[in-house]
Amino acid sequence: MTDTAPRQRPAERLDHVVIRFAGDSGDGMQLTGDRFTTASALFGNDLSTLPDFPAEIRAPAGTVNGVSSFQVNISDHDITTPGDAPSVLVVMNPAALKADLARLEAGGLLVVNTDAFEERDLAKAGYSANPLDGDDLAAYRVVKVPMTVLTKEAVAPLGVKPRDAERSKNFFALGLVSWLYSRPVEGTLTWIDERFAKNELVRVANRAAFQAGYNFGETTELFGHRYEVAPALLPAGEYTNITGNTALAWGLVAAGQLAHLPIFLGSYPITPASDVLHELSKHKQFGIRTFQAEDEIAAAGSALGAAFAGHLGVTTTSGPGVALKSETISLAVSLELPLLVVDIQRGGPSTGLPTKTEAADLLLAVHGRHAEAPLPVVAAYSPGHCFFAAIEAARIALKYRTPVILLSDGYLANGAEPWRIPDVDSLADISVPFAEEPNHVEADGTVTFWPYQRDPDTLARPWAIPGTPGLQHRVGGIEKEDGTGNISYEPDNHERMVHLRAGKIAGIARDIPPVEISGDADAPLLVLGWGSTWGAITDACERVRLAGHKVAHVHLVHLSPFPANLGEVLGSFRRVIVPELNLGQLCSLVRAQYLVDARPVSKVRGVPFTAAELETAILEELGR
Amino acid sequence: MTDVTVPLTTKKDWTSDQEVRWCPGCGDYGILLAVQQLMPDLGVRPENVVFVSGIGCSSRFPYYMNTYGIHSIHGRAPAIATGVAVARPDLDVWVITGDGDALSIGGNHLIHALRRNVNLTVLLFNNQIYGLTKGQYSPTSELGKVTKSTPYGSVDHPFNPLSVALGAEASFVARTHDLDRKHMIETFRAAHAHRGASFVEILQNCNVFNDGAFEDITGKEHRPEMLIPLEHGEPIRFGEGGHRGVVMGTDGQLRIVEVDDVGEEAILVHDVHRADPSLAFALSRLSSSVHEPTPIGVFRDVDRTEYASAVQHQLMAASAKGPGDLGALLRSAGTWQVG
Repeated sequence: MTDTAPRQRPAERLDHVVIRFAGDSGDGMQLTGDRFTTASALFGNDLSTLPDFPAEIRAPAGTVNGVSSFQVNISDHDITTPGDAPSVLVVMNPAALKADLARLEAGGLLVVNTDAFEERDLAKAGYSANPLDGDDLAAYRVVKVPMTVLTKEAVAPLGVKPRDAERSKNFFALGLVSWLYSRPVEGTLTWIDERFAKNELVRVANRAAFQAGYNFGETTELFGHRYEVAPALLPAGEYTNITGNTALAWGLVAAGQLAHLPIFLGSYPITPASDVLHELSKHKQFGIRTFQAEDEIAAAGSALGAAFAGHLGVTTTSGPGVALKSETISLAVSLELPLLVVDIQRGGPSTGLPTKTEAADLLLAVHGRHAEAPLPVVAAYSPGHCFFAAIEAARIALKYRTPVILLSDGYLANGAEPWRIPDVDSLADISVPFAEEPNHVEADGTVTFWPYQRDPDTLARPWAIPGTPGLQHRVGGIEKEDGTGNISYEPDNHERMVHLRAGKIAGIARDIPPVEISGDADAPLLVLGWGSTWGAITDACERVRLAGHKVAHVHLVHLSPFPANLGEVLGSFRRVIVPELNLGQLCSLVRAQYLVDARPVSKVRGVPFTAAELETAILEELGR
Repeated sequence: MTDVTVPLTTKKDWTSDQEVRWCPGCGDYGILLAVQQLMPDLGVRPENVVFVSGIGCSSRFPYYMNTYGIHSIHGRAPAIATGVAVARPDLDVWVITGDGDALSIGGNHLIHALRRNVNLTVLLFNNQIYGLTKGQYSPTSELGKVTKSTPYGSVDHPFNPLSVALGAEASFVARTHDLDRKHMIETFRAAHAHRGASFVEILQNCNVFNDGAFEDITGKEHRPEMLIPLEHGEPIRFGEGGHRGVVMGTDGQLRIVEVDDVGEEAILVHDVHRADPSLAFALSRLSSSVHEPTPIGVFRDVDRTEYASAVQHQLMAASAKGPGDLGALLRSAGTWQVG
């Protein structure tokens, strides 16, 4: 496309733009959005994405239920959310218009594929009249493009059948938007070549459609001008574009390396966690065993068996899977073996909203087991942070010989952001020694191995793995005698063991960083968050500060136990609000533990908070 | 063969210091003794052996072995043992389970461990009753059985454990009983020697809640006429002087006949290595209750790729180009430089 460069019209400079691609599930919107994101990342923008798609693989074509969208916020400065409202909406059919128009900001740019607005298409979307004809769209700048026809014309000379030709129309849209926002094109053309290398006709068709879309933008007078979003001034370093699930999988790989242990992943397919299984199953050169078990229970059980045998045992799932694994997690609490349980949360209860986000498994993670079975809970707060959260969860599991639940959610899992690649050599070693020797001398002088003889500092028991001579021992779910690990039903012993297990977990508070306050420590209001709300809270607090108010933000990574100074920090603010994608779960935990009058700010709509929503909530609270 | 000789062990090396807590007279004692007597013969060290069990009377077994062991959750032993065996193919992993544990709550894990052919030796203690919960009917209890939970008689059709195992593509399937230590030892030895998942049903008497369940076939005086010993390569004959035998009718059905009536050459010759499991399955269905002549011994013993070695093979192939490089992985999706 370099030949078109000299004819380019001057571009208007924007500091950021939020673009939403919306079409039918079969229209390739995720691929389109994903590629636009990568091109923007490689260009150097900061960005944040929000894929939004139905649970059905192919919902009835053309219906509102089948709409698949991808929102991306690209910017020339540091951003933390995929944007409140898109300023550009590209709709491939009437259903997409119906589903997403309300999101578009007033005066926003609406790019419409007019070829998909035939009577049948309109009926499927539930329109009785063509919305392109009336005044319904008067509040927006509407650009009507016959994308299907233009795509067919562009690819017809290549010998592509008309029906197949139509399938390239998402590349026409990608080309058009790439022109509109002055994206470099070479990278995308190379990517098309690689991605479709196995199907020559599809490759050339997609290439031609992309170029046709780009050229259409260049020659048409429909757009006043094009736009530019300059590269962001991010901290120096080498960056890659990463989703939360990829970061989490890579974090697990890193954890194995840093622990000098092979990883055993037992998993069962479940949305939105399966991508972690897919990613890890590619990397066997790291000694990673991935086991697709017969069910969630076996996935957890096999990981626990591998942990007994000396591996870093991991199981990945979403909320319904955690429920099924709960008995095994309790066994891991009792056996005091390391086990990493990853919960990529989604809307519930039950099957709920499998492809939509929610963060309502916090109480499940902290309390969701029979009897007194405490365990540490760690939560990631951004796609890139999933990498570090995985390492931290593994560190705690290994050091304290305990199951750990790591929480992510659908938004982090599928959302992408530029991620500064860490220096691998700077990552701290998290290895722990296996027991090698007997650790107890009987009254008669014989040396024996006591599997429940604890480390006085961590209260962790020794990890003696099969193959170690002389340390043979049996562990089980029945209550164990303190020290020897033999079966014991003694009342005093049981009470001691319950307190020891609880004390071990509580003591981890000494081994995690204290919370730090972002913003104004003397503010009247603290916003307490956890998980994926970090981006929206950060953005909202910045806006509130820019408006001249004081506000503080604390974001928790460790949710069980809480950091040691949390109570003190909470007590130092007059008011505390807790935005959560649930009905107030962290809020109830801190109220119970610290007797603070924290107030919940809830959202359970399958999508993350926007910064604007939280800005409003904060201002309301400040004005009270 | 390697030059490394495994130091000899005795039964004492395999016995833990824990007091055995089964009911006096329980069939489990005989099975424990058989395993402890066999282990020194197997050329393995106690530290390289792991016993994994679920929940139930039989599942207390690991506590009594001086090996590594996990007494886990009801039904989950095959899943947990799969993790041990796949993580550490160097270990010798045994699963101890019962009819309720393996065939009711843990049915799913059992069939999948068998179909994957994980290198596990599964010993299923079948006493046709729930003992630890004090006497409810189990998935192997006969139709009409009166128990605490079925005062009017059970209306559940029972499983035949061997048919289940064969249907699940098990590569080694055998049956033995708790009153014949020698037969148990030889059956366990063969199961252990098999590479892949080995499934052994042990008819085991629960003298408290289901006493004498197998008496009609395993009682010493009944055995000659009621147990059909399966020997590889031998005609399937039993009874005093081998007067009875098993034949396949022209309709494909197996039948018990008087050898004199059909002639010796008509008697089915047992072949444990037969690839097709149909005949082994038919043998597992030869008796429909424990009051009829019942085959014991090895039904099936065929070679099939063992799961953990297949996993290991993929790991080695992936590592052939060198070990994983974390820095390279983090850069594998394309990067750009800022500043």
